[in-house]
Amino acid sequence: MHTVYTQYTYMHSELVISQTDGRPMYQQVMEQIRQKIAVGDWPPGHELPSIRALAASVKVSVITVKRAYMELEREGLIVTQQGRGSFVADDVSIGPKLQREELQHHLEEAVKRARLLGMDLSELLDMVRRIRAEMLKDGK
Amino acid sequence: MSELAVKFQGVGKDYKHFHLRDIDFELEEGRIMGFVGPNGAGKSTTIRILLGLIHQDRGNVSVLGHAMPCDQVQAKWDIGFVSEDMRLYPQATLAWHMKLMTSIYPKWDEDYAARLVKRFELRPQQILKRFSHGERTKAVLLMALARRPRLLVLDEPTTGLDPVARRDVLHEFMDVVTDERRSILFSSHNTLDVEQISDQITFIDKGRIIRSQDKETFLEQWRRVRFAATGGFSAEGLPGIVETVRSGHLGAVITDVYSEEVVERVKQAGADITAVERMTLEEIFVANVIRSRNEVRP
Repeated sequence: MHTVYTQYTYMHSELVISQTDGRPMYQQVMEQIRQKIAVGDWPPGHELPSIRALAASVKVSVITVKRAYMELEREGLIVTQQGRGSFVADDVSIGPKLQREELQHHLEEAVKRARLLGMDLSELLDMVRRIRAEMLKDGK
Repeated sequence: MSELAVKFQGVGKDYKHFHLRDIDFELEEGRIMGFVGPNGAGKSTTIRILLGLIHQDRGNVSVLGHAMPCDQVQAKWDIGFVSEDMRLYPQATLAWHMKLMTSIYPKWDEDYAARLVKRFELRPQQILKRFSHGERTKAVLLMALARRPRLLVLDEPTTGLDPVARRDVLHEFMDVVTDERRSILFSSHNTLDVEQISDQITFIDKGRIIRSQDKETFLEQWRRVRFAATGGFSAEGLPGIVETVRSGHLGAVITDVYSEEVVERVKQAGADITAVERMTLEEIFVANVIRSRNEVRP
């Protein structure tokens, strides 16, 4: 009985939530699931843990995990079958597609921020070039 | 689809120096509610009304389908309650207490209790008097958990626990709601705990519910917008602004109805936006209390 319990406790503990990470917890859960799928730990058709099981192992609320699953479903990364559970989507091309989408999210965020700061497009592009040049210089 | 574990409707209670007014909130089955409020806000009074220990003067309370306080005898079998001031027998061992629980509660889960003893690192043969404060808290929690109640009501369950013990206790709470028919309502000053494991959050201050909402929606709606502005700018009268602070050219507004439109309005009022930040539950809680106190003040 105790062994079963121990297994259960550490089953999904590879998902680690940070309380100092500025992003909301559901986004942290999403990102870590995306990574698992991207590196192939969770292949297409792989069954995701139930919302309640994942919530219990990560120690975040049920509603947080539910939100993460809903958003991942909207992105097409996972599919949920009523009464059966959630699975990694079958489309194998979805990995790179998703990474592009994720990049697009980041860029949208950057464009939004730039607009808030009153920067125009050429200023933003200059900044991107400068950052890239600095990274190349540092050998990254 | 989902049933309600707890429903408060227009509940009130009058004391000489304290009034509980218009308490309305609902807790769905299978969910965890964090009940947050400053000292003396009415948290414990509300919890005691929920348990039928205090009778409300007005309004309806329903717990697991039982009307309170009239059906409290039936309801009690399904409710596990833990508070800081709970009394155990100081001269008796934990094992003795656990045996007593077995004889009272038919649903007492002996295997689960044994696992909790290990997980909480308690010594069953030691008398309670020798337990540290944290160990006593864990012992009381163990006795409530192993009864397998459908509703757990916990008054400040993590107060006085060290970080490791808190982690273990939170883990057990999450384990409870893997069963979607079991629910938890817990009050806490520790907004980090509440932020982490609650599905719903209820804020209470001065005997009133300030807000009762699901956590994700709640955190999504609050933002701090930092700005730089010259003399003419004023955020006053802008809709959705809870609080404004300003010193010289720099300042920040806090909104509880965040959208890009709010940011746009601040811009149109003549400020340059320097940052839009999410807020922690603690910051939101403090802003909420300050606002509600300003509104209540005559």
